Order: sequence, then C-alpha cells, then structure tokens
Amino acid sequence: MAERVFDLALTPESIAMIDEGLKSELQKQGVYVTSLQELYNWGRANSVWPLTFGLACCAIEMMAASMARFDLARFGAEVFRPSPRQADLMIVAGTVTKKMAPLVVRLYNQMPEPKYVIAMGACAISGGPFKQGYNVLKGVDRFLPVDVAIPGCPPRPEALIHAIMTLQEKIRNQDLTGPNRPRHLNAAVNGEYPVPAYGKHDLEPPKNPEVWQPPAIQR
Amino acid sequence: MNAAAAMPPKSFEVKPKLDGSGTPIGELLEISMGPHHPSTHGVFRMDVVLDGETVVKLKPVFGYLHRNHEKIGENISYLASMPYTDRLDYFCSMTNNWAYALTVEKLAGLAVPERAEYIRVIMAELTRLQNHTCLIGFFVQDMGALGTPMMYAFREREKILDLFEEVSGARMMCNYMRFGGVRVDVGDDWIARTKKIVADYGKFLDEFGTFLTENEIVLARTQFIGVMPKELAVNASITGPMLRAAGVNYDLRKVDKYGIYSRFDFKVPVGEHGDIYDRYMVRVLEMRESIKILEQALRDIPAGPVMDPKSKLRGFRPKPGEVYGRVEGPKGELGFYLISDGSPNPYRYRVRPPSFINLTILEDMCLGHRISDAVVILGSVDIVLGEVDR
Amino acid sequence: METLEQIKLRIEAALPSAKIEILANECAAGERSLLVDAASGFAVAKFLRDDAQLKLDYCSNVTGVDWLDKELTEKIKVKQTVDGVEKEVEEVKKTIRPGCLEVVYHLYSMALKHGPVVLRLRTANRTDQTHLPSLTPLWRGAEFQEREIYDLYGVIFDGHPDLRRILMWDEFVGFPMRRDYIAPDDFEYEPTPHDEVLAEAKKHYPAGPKAEVKA
Repeated sequence: MAERVFDLALTPESIAMIDEGLKSELQKQGVYVTSLQELYNWGRANSVWPLTFGLACCAIEMMAASMARFDLARFGAEVFRPSPRQADLMIVAGTVTKKMAPLVVRLYNQMPEPKYVIAMGACAISGGPFKQGYNVLKGVDRFLPVDVAIPGCPPRPEALIHAIMTLQEKIRNQDLTGPNRPRHLNAAVNGEYPVPAYGKHDLEPPKNPEVWQPPAIQR
Repeated sequence: MNAAAAMPPKSFEVKPKLDGSGTPIGELLEISMGPHHPSTHGVFRMDVVLDGETVVKLKPVFGYLHRNHEKIGENISYLASMPYTDRLDYFCSMTNNWAYALTVEKLAGLAVPERAEYIRVIMAELTRLQNHTCLIGFFVQDMGALGTPMMYAFREREKILDLFEEVSGARMMCNYMRFGGVRVDVGDDWIARTKKIVADYGKFLDEFGTFLTENEIVLARTQFIGVMPKELAVNASITGPMLRAAGVNYDLRKVDKYGIYSRFDFKVPVGEHGDIYDRYMVRVLEMRESIKILEQALRDIPAGPVMDPKSKLRGFRPKPGEVYGRVEGPKGELGFYLISDGSPNPYRYRVRPPSFINLTILEDMCLGHRISDAVVILGSVDIVLGEVDR
Repeated sequence: METLEQIKLRIEAALPSAKIEILANECAAGERSLLVDAASGFAVAKFLRDDAQLKLDYCSNVTGVDWLDKELTEKIKVKQTVDGVEKEVEEVKKTIRPGCLEVVYHLYSMALKHGPVVLRLRTANRTDQTHLPSLTPLWRGAEFQEREIYDLYGVIFDGHPDLRRILMWDEFVGFPMRRDYIAPDDFEYEPTPHDEVLAEAKKHYPAGPKAEVKA
C-alpha cells in the first residue's frame, strides 16, 4: 500500500493526473501538492553554488555578474566557493591552455556529484580568438562534459545569467529515475575523468575520445 | 606622505630558527599556492617554502594563461592585432590599444588629429580610474573584507563601462583606437555625461577614503610590509605605481610626454617607504590626479576629425624598420616592440608586459613575512595574468 | 643624450676589444641600435650602466628575435667546356647565409631621464652555438625576460641565476616561438578554416566518394 503511494507521487505524469481545480483549492487552504522529483529538482536548481574558476577576461564579467548591478544572488548562485569540494557548478571562464588543462580536469574530479560545467566565452567553447596556438586547448569540452555553453568574447553578465537560468531549466527537467537519471543517482556511470599528462609538444592524450568526438561536417 | 616614524626595529621581522650550521630547525613546509586559489589574481602559482608561517623561499610559476599572443601577432596583419591587445591587460583595454596604436604610428609616421588625442587621453584616464578602483577592491578583499568594498568598486566601474560601451560597442574589449586616430567620434551628450561622472567620482573617493585609508586593519596589515628599496626597484625594471611608491619619480606621462600630456597640469604622487600602504596611497592619489586631467581634457576638447586622412586601414604596409613605443599604463610601462620587414604582417611583435616584470622581486618582498602577508603583497603588485603570460 | 656615434667612440676607447656596429633603421621614428659581439657584450653593458654621462640604469625591454637561414642565389659566370668548346656559362650559385638568434635590450636612464640605447647581441647560429652572456647580474629586471627567451627561442644565457622554462611546462621539448616550429596537429574540427589553417584541416577531412584509395 505504502509503495504504491510513493510510486504515484514520484513522476510529473502522475501529478498531472490530479485535477487542476483540486490542486488550486488545496493551495488556497495551504496544502501544496507536488511530486518528489519536482521538489527535489527545485531545491537543487535554486541553490547552485559555483566554483570560483576564473581563468582570464571572462572572469571579470563573471565577477560583474555577481556584483550589485547584475546580481547573480537572486538566482541562488551567490555563494562562490573557492574549494571544489563545496561547489556544484564549474564556470570555466576564460581560455584553457594546455598547461592548465590537467588542473581543470583534476578540479572537476574533486567536485562531488551532482556537478555541472558551464563553458563561458568563446575560448572555453572552442579555443576562441587564440585558437591557432601551441598552448591553447581548443575547447574545454575535449576533456569535460559541458552542460551549457555561452558564446561571446566576453559574454555580457546578462548572458551568464541566462546560462544559469538555462542550467536551472535543465536541472528541473532531469528525470530522477530511468536511464537518463543524473550521475549521482546512477552508480554505474563514473563522474571522474582521466587527467591528461604533459607530453613533449601536446597533452597526452590530446583529447578524451569518450567525451568529445569531432563533429562531422559535410563539405 | 604623512610623517611616519622610521622603520620599526628589526626584531619584529620573523626569521626562521637556525641551528649551529645554518640549516633551519624542524621541517620546512612546501606549499603550492595556486594556480586555483581564491586570492591569486588569475591563474598564478607561487611555490612557497614555509618555516611555520614565515616565508623562507618563494618561486612564482606562471604560463597557465600563455596564449601565444606574440606568435599570433606574427601571422596576422597589424590592424588585426588590435583586438588581441584588448585581451592583454583585460582591465585596461583602452590603454593597451593606445600603446599599440602609438607604436605603429611611430613606425609608419602617422599623425593624430587634435580631437583624437584628447579622446585618447580621456579614455586612458577613465581606464586608470576604473583600474585603480577595482584594484583597491581586490586588494582589500585579499585582506579579508569579503566582497563589500568590491561591490562599491564595481558599482563605480559599471558607470565607466557604460561610457565605453556607448562609444565602442563593448564594455571591456573596446578595440577602439586605430592607427592615426580613434574609430568613431564621441558625441556632445557623451561628453556631458562623462563630465557628470567625473564630477561625482571625487565624492566616491572620499567615501572610500573614509572607510579604508585610516582603517586600523588596513594600516596594521600594510604598513612596513613588503618593503621594496629604491635601488632594487630601479634595477629590477619596476615601473608604474610600484616604482613611484618606492620613491622614484618616473612617470612616462611626464618623461616621454607622449600624446598631449604636456598640456595638462597634474602632479605625480611619489611615496616614501615602498611598502604596501604607500602603493595603495599612490594609487588613491593618482586617481585624484586623473580626475584633474579629465576635467581639463573634457573642458578643452576641440572639434574636428578623429582620424588621420592619410592613414590606410587596408593594405597597410609600413617600411622595414623597428620601433619601441611605450605608454604609462595603470600597472606600469606598457611597451610594444615591432620589427617590420615591409610585409603586411609584422616580423616580430613583442609586448613589454609591466605585470610580468613587476613580479621579478616578489620573492625579495615576501621573505621574512608571513604567508598571509604574501597574499596581500601579491595583491599590491597589481598583476593581471593576461599580461603576465600573454 | 649624446649620439650613438659618440657613445660608440667612448665604448671603443674604454674597451678596445669590443666590436661594435651601428645598425640603421629606416622607419619614421625608430631608434638605431648598437650591435655588439657576444664576447664583449657584458663588458659593454656594464660600461653603459655605470658611465656617468649615460647612467642607463633601467633595462626596459628584452626581446628575442629569430632570423632564419636565408638562401641567397646569385648568378656567376664560369668557364666551362661544352661540346669541346670553351664558353662562358652562367651558373646559379646558392649559398646559405646562416641565421641567428638575436636578443635586443632597450636601455633607458631613470636617473637622467633619457634614452633609449638599443643593444643587440647575436648568437653564432641557430643550432648548436646559442650561448650569450646574461645581463641579469647588471639589471635584475632582465631575469624573467631572459628566461622567457630561453624558453621560447632556445638562447642559453651564461651567468643567469636560474635558467629554466617559464611559460611552457617543464616537460616541453622544443622552442615554440622560432619561426620554423610546427605546432601539434589538433585541427580535426575547424568550422571555417582558411589559408594555412585550411591546409592543416584538409588532412583530417573524410575521404570523399571520388577519392582514390591509397594502399
């Protein structure tokens, strides 16, 4: 009996079975009906704590986004944690060079699940204006799975706020059961990625094939 | 400067305990501070060897943001390098642009019209204001005032960034100067708005001064810490407010008199002791002098064209030769060295980065102090990693 | 400040073994430079720093430049026997002018507020004789910049207190700023390539249906 009630309350589809009129009536009386998934994701989405990970110029726009004018605090992302052990979100703001790439991956590995990555700025997405170089990594997505990418050089603070909102949407829509459930509920999937080593001219390996494959372009 | 007492006796300096043969007693702790650290200004690493809490050895490690700017400069044309100069010292993009434009104008012999010179001075001094404001915000945050002075600093900075955005299209990476002038003209309403912002800036500086300049925590943590003697500063090629805080009166705006700086009446603040407090005060006083220059420039700006009619934007091929041009950036002497071989791309494109060279004596300044002082000393050097690593 | 010719005369009077050359500079506002041989580089720099009239106590900028080997072709007439008849034939003779690595110092004076004096030192060639005297003992500010030139160009500075890589990682092999350095190949994904990048990206394009299969 108890299991069935639990099962019934878990998914949004089962909540949709409840009549809207009944829902609003209950709400007027102070009773709020929701699903566990919605509640869980609501709590997660509205308190994303970013890691202070500014690498280059985009870091200044990230700081400006958390300052009084643009105010990232309204979205729950005010508390920028310096330690990766206490952060949920890594905003890779700035150019990732090959010298820095192993450290980026190591920091990502140190973050506890659930963790997300926002690639902010052209440099983090694909290498940016400095793409043709001997020391620039052509995009942080070669080694880490990126959830939201913000174009711009540097993107305005409003763009970063939009990215945080997009990430919140993504978190809210995550199913907690089923094959697409997030990593922290799925023991089979590994959230740690191998750290590249410094080679003679390039990193070894230069990219992580499980994370990134060059998209095929029809020419 | 205020008539401070002579340096306190050396007994306050903490030295590592040594045994008879000179080796430190106990174990030394080796820490790598950075490259990801809440208070390093960018991806900068310091390998510190500590005896307890005292710094015994400090080696800076950088290169984590080395974006091979100079190699890119050799492969693209002169004008195409202009947006890359924005990203060197990403706080002061207008100054970087001016330094590069000045160097190429020296190389090719281009003249800059009057109005453009005035606009350049206005932009450079606005940049200096917002850079020093932000620096004080970061520097006080390193001391533990988490966030609040930075909020005030960024509030003022946003006002100046709005002005930049209106005139160049971007808040930070302005890409505004061209060889022979500036890209677009400024309107009269822009001048009126800038005058108002400059007029109100003095009040903001008074506010900051009340909170910080005589704050006992700031005084205790900055006076007589990180002292840099005058001779060492000159020998180590230190420039900018760090050099002037050590007592050397060398400001490129007065020495080289580039642009039209000789027309403005302003003083150069020079410090006495070379410690962190002097660097902070030199920057605060420089901001007040910048306000004076801005008032004069905004009052006297003439009408006219903003671009040299003889300058070519396309097909720019200067004659073979080489040149070194420099300006007084907010962080020090920013110089560009260009070797041209007659082709559209430079043969050698070199940036002389002030932050990189100002870090030469970081170890000397930090030895004997505690590790928390090392963080504040680094904050007072005012580095920007985009410039250090290029 | 006195002219470069006067400075050259005074240096030669003080250090007779120094070989100094004044290099011209044709551009609009450029400064001419003093090319000094590597062996007497340190002594000349010390003279420039300590001289009472010059007092060049501030070394503003240290730059490395890579001059590649240049192939010079010239046509010369030689006597050759062709078909039994002695004739004068034009032959194309190719010589290689060896390149070098060059270090340029811009020296100013903070005491007397004049400058610059541009000092140049050149290595013998680009391959094995790349040693130059380090001027860090004279101007401490050259320390990091000389390290950078070692890291990116490969010039070994004798007398530098701490010569190791500064911008690249320690395991890196090679000198990236040299003009013949080939960057590692990570051009698999280039959405809008052109010029040299297109040439590199084409190697990664999938073979089209018309491409011949090479064994």
